[in-house]
Amino acid sequence: MEVGQLQRKFVDYTASLFCEGFLDEQFTQLQQLQDESNPDFVVEVVSLFFEDTEKLLNDLTRALDQQSVDFKKVDAHVHQLKGSSSSIGAQRVRNACIAFRNFCEEQNTDACSKCLLQVKQEYSLVKNKLDTLFRLEQQIVEAGGAVPMVG
Amino acid sequence: MARDGMFSRWRRTEKFEGMSGLSPSDCHDVHVLAVDDSLVDRKVIERLLKITSCKVTAVDSGRRALQFLGLDEEKSSVGFDGLKVDLIITDYCMPGMTGYELLKKIKGSSTFREVPVVIMSSENVLARIDSCLEEGAEDFIVKPVKLSDVKRLKDYMFGEDLIQGEGQVVNKRKLQEACEISSSPSSSPPSISSLSPLSSQSLSSSPSPRSSSPSSPSSLDSPTRRLKMTNCDT
Repeated sequence: MEVGQLQRKFVDYTASLFCEGFLDEQFTQLQQLQDESNPDFVVEVVSLFFEDTEKLLNDLTRALDQQSVDFKKVDAHVHQLKGSSSSIGAQRVRNACIAFRNFCEEQNTDACSKCLLQVKQEYSLVKNKLDTLFRLEQQIVEAGGAVPMVG
Repeated sequence: MARDGMFSRWRRTEKFEGMSGLSPSDCHDVHVLAVDDSLVDRKVIERLLKITSCKVTAVDSGRRALQFLGLDEEKSSVGFDGLKVDLIITDYCMPGMTGYELLKKIKGSSTFREVPVVIMSSENVLARIDSCLEEGAEDFIVKPVKLSDVKRLKDYMFGEDLIQGEGQVVNKRKLQEACEISSSPSSSPPSISSLSPLSSQSLSSSPSPRSSSPSSPSSLDSPTRRLKMTNCDT
């Protein structure tokens, strides 16, 4: 695929991610912080988010698996995840966390487990989307083009 | 050069060649201590601050922040006395020591109580905001932090009142305080006594509107307002 086509694909794909609520304007903020001196800023932050989230999801799975669930701990983890997803603009993950926290407050193990599933799902979705987006970026750069600024 | 005395304060003297035409956002060395337990948030706040030309030290806990400032009772500061911190920006919710507790420790220190502290929180809770402001926080930012938040902060704290040609980082609040004691030069701190007449002129206009301004009692009562208004009584 030639550069122009790739760029158009990139623009369309990015727009769809915003449209479908996977990303919100905080992601655009991050893109605006990227420049020639920091060309990989977004990828770097998002990678940190992925690492952080995977650890948190493991911790959450373990915490909810206990005989006696420590809801304070669960809530602390979800709070962290809510924060980091919000900081990168992963809107749907963040919203799933908000719902999760409500059930933590109610100390409802079943509902929390369902929420965890939901969060995992949303995370998996946004991770795939962002991986695709970054791949597209890479292809553009490799084809000698510039990555368009969207949003 | 006549300004040699001033230059000894500076770590990056090369910035002061050809000072004409430098904009405040380019030339001053504002050093911010950022405190956040989230790696993602630290990375973002660091970038936000750097892109607004601030020097940043990012730490992951209140404890580490105190260590950096040399305020930790257990660990003595290792020769950090020369390192000036112009602003501390901290997350509220942190394990161990919260941002609020860190704020109290900083305000309780004679060395650092004048350093503005800004609190960040994902939770927009009025009671929380109020208690932080009561404790002396300069400002409260709701996360996620945006570029506009950082720019606004930097502008009102270190912005337009920068003295041209001196390139010195001057906290606007301090400048306002100083303009009130400029009549007694012996009591003013060295950094302020070197103010050029031009800059103190630009400030002298500000106290007068305040003294006659019809500000409502409630705004005067708010801690941040008190902070800004106390030293402007003429």
